Amino acid sequence: MAEFKHKHIIALRDLSKADIELLISTAESMREVNSRDIKKVPTLRGKTIINLFYESSTRTRTSFEIAGKRLSADTVNIAPSNSSATKGETLADTALNLLAMKPDIIVMRHAVSGSHYFLAEKVSCSIINAGDGAHEHPSQGLLDMLTMKDRFGRLDGLKVAIVGDITHSRVARSNIQGLTKMGSSVFLAGPPTMVPPGVERLGNVTVCATMNEAIQDADVVMMLRIQQERQGKTLMPNAREYSRYFGLNPENIKLAKPNAMVMHPGPINRGVEMSSYVVDGDQSWILKQVENGVAVRMAMLYHVCGGELE
Amino acid sequence: MNMLIKGGRVIDPSQKIDDTLDVLVENGLIKQVGKGLQAPADAKVVDAAGKYVVPGLIDMHVHLRDPGLEYKEDIISGTRAAVSGGFTSVCCMPNTKPTIDNKAVASYIINKSQSDGFCNVFPVGSITYGLSGDRMAEMGELKESGCVAVSDDGRPVTNSELMMRSLQYAAGIGIMVISHAEELELVGEGVMNEGFTSTELGLKGIPRVAEDIATVRDIMLAEYTGTPIHIAHVSTKGSVRIIREAKARGVKVTCETAPHYFTLTDDAVRGYNTNAKMNPPLREADDLSAIKQGLQDGTIDCIATDHAPHHIDEKDVEFNVAMNGIIGLETSLPLSLNLVREGVLTLNQLIEKMSCNPSNILGLNRGSLQAGAPADITLFDLEREWTVEADKLASKSKNSPWLGQKMKGVAMATIVSGTLKFER
Repeated sequence: MAEFKHKHIIALRDLSKADIELLISTAESMREVNSRDIKKVPTLRGKTIINLFYESSTRTRTSFEIAGKRLSADTVNIAPSNSSATKGETLADTALNLLAMKPDIIVMRHAVSGSHYFLAEKVSCSIINAGDGAHEHPSQGLLDMLTMKDRFGRLDGLKVAIVGDITHSRVARSNIQGLTKMGSSVFLAGPPTMVPPGVERLGNVTVCATMNEAIQDADVVMMLRIQQERQGKTLMPNAREYSRYFGLNPENIKLAKPNAMVMHPGPINRGVEMSSYVVDGDQSWILKQVENGVAVRMAMLYHVCGGELE
Repeated sequence: MNMLIKGGRVIDPSQKIDDTLDVLVENGLIKQVGKGLQAPADAKVVDAAGKYVVPGLIDMHVHLRDPGLEYKEDIISGTRAAVSGGFTSVCCMPNTKPTIDNKAVASYIINKSQSDGFCNVFPVGSITYGLSGDRMAEMGELKESGCVAVSDDGRPVTNSELMMRSLQYAAGIGIMVISHAEELELVGEGVMNEGFTSTELGLKGIPRVAEDIATVRDIMLAEYTGTPIHIAHVSTKGSVRIIREAKARGVKVTCETAPHYFTLTDDAVRGYNTNAKMNPPLREADDLSAIKQGLQDGTIDCIATDHAPHHIDEKDVEFNVAMNGIIGLETSLPLSLNLVREGVLTLNQLIEKMSCNPSNILGLNRGSLQAGAPADITLFDLEREWTVEADKLASKSKNSPWLGQKMKGVAMATIVSGTLKFER
């Protein structure tokens, strides 16, 4: 089996195609554990994982916690609202104090892009990025690719449309990095106010003028969450108009390939970026994404610990 | 004290001198520049063979952080960094605590620099009280107290009427207004230049037009009122073009850029390097070449460092949290000499931009080796190589993007009013 040489997983940009293949194939074997009656293996027994979430999260934090527990690691969750962060302690000090308690892995979500690189220079344990600003969300990118592989049996030659606020999306960046490495092509669409400059240079990326152009003949249609609180008042008129031009509905989904899969990183704004008919329709793989999230995160935890599969 | 600087290559653009000559200093003033001068009996003789001898360098844009923020820098450490970098005069910006918006603060700076400092310090007063942006500071008294310009550097005067009236009022007093050109709404929460690099790093971008639009406004105000204006830290190709066009139609506009804007691009931010975070932010390759073009064709009058010391606790943090700015006094000369090596500027032009022009723009009566001028003189070695090392920098703060990097060219001696203040 190929060897995983990274101590941290901060960005898919830092990983090779072989690394991504390894993580995905490990995740595939982890799924067997998740389907057992007793969903636990002793692989990471005695390891301590701290989930340090500076931004709120239900899905990702729970998924990492379950992943750690299924591998028999001890997992601790820390959120800033009930920690020293609100007392004005710096990230570095918080990390050094946590490090003094000898964790093996810190899984962190932070609003500032690049803060995991900063942290990795300060601590001796492994760092896993559970989302940093608008930079990357590698576990999401990996679980998205695992789900695509489930559907198509491969990750090369796929046409993947990503629609929404690309500028603020770490999910889009991780998917662009990962899918480009795996040999697929990414087509982006969103209001011009939400498409960042030079994004086509990030990988095998085409920026489309309209949503229809992006989803035409797509194998995968990935919709991004539109956040009123983030987009404010200057990036779009309102949710109604957004939905009209960049919402996925039973009509425009027909432009994609007949067997195309629909994805969303969640949480969904029903009726804004996606109609409920699509969210709950036959082509939706959204809950499969969540299911795969646990297996992918087990694989990530396992590989940064450098262990052997039993 | 008298001094004879022997056998150096003397470059003085103010007198069109470029020759191997001696410089005689008497009672703090230049006595004579010529060949084969004899040293008076009491004179210290400085051997300048193989070195360049130029009018003392002037940095018209530094932050000395004194009073109030002495944990970053103070007048002593800041002027020590200045002379170590070859500067005989610096103009310090008013965003101290308290602000340089009254006689007491201006006098404190002048007195402390004269008693304990290593070089001339000319304070820049604020345009508005406490940099509040809502009412004019007492520019008349600031000028009488020794301020050589007014600026709200660090932030723009957002109220266009107040900016226009300030230009008119300052022109009546005869004090230069230095504009910090930035349209804050376009900057928003931005932390670096908006472009491919910000897209890749997922950092919020600051579009170049945020600087351009503010540069246009202030130039239009100066043009309308017929008053002079100086634009600080020009970083974009748009600003260079706007200033070039304004000069061509006779607007009394001058400007400066900083060594980082003709040396680095936003690529330096990669790795989330907080020592590459400043405002305006590092731009892209086409901006960098436009800055060089502007220096070459005379659009850009001065090179100033925007020396901005910050404590390690303010830089060794997540990128968004880090303060803006880098130190520059000790790296400005070698980086600027690169322009001569690249053929962008002649040495003569470089000395104009680092000494004569700042003096002329602010009326400092320096930037010249003419007989009778204050004996502010810089000796430098064009070729000598050295490495930027944190513990060897004179500045209290070490926030330089060039730590560990090689530099070529260095100040060998810095003479302020006829006194040798620094020797390497």
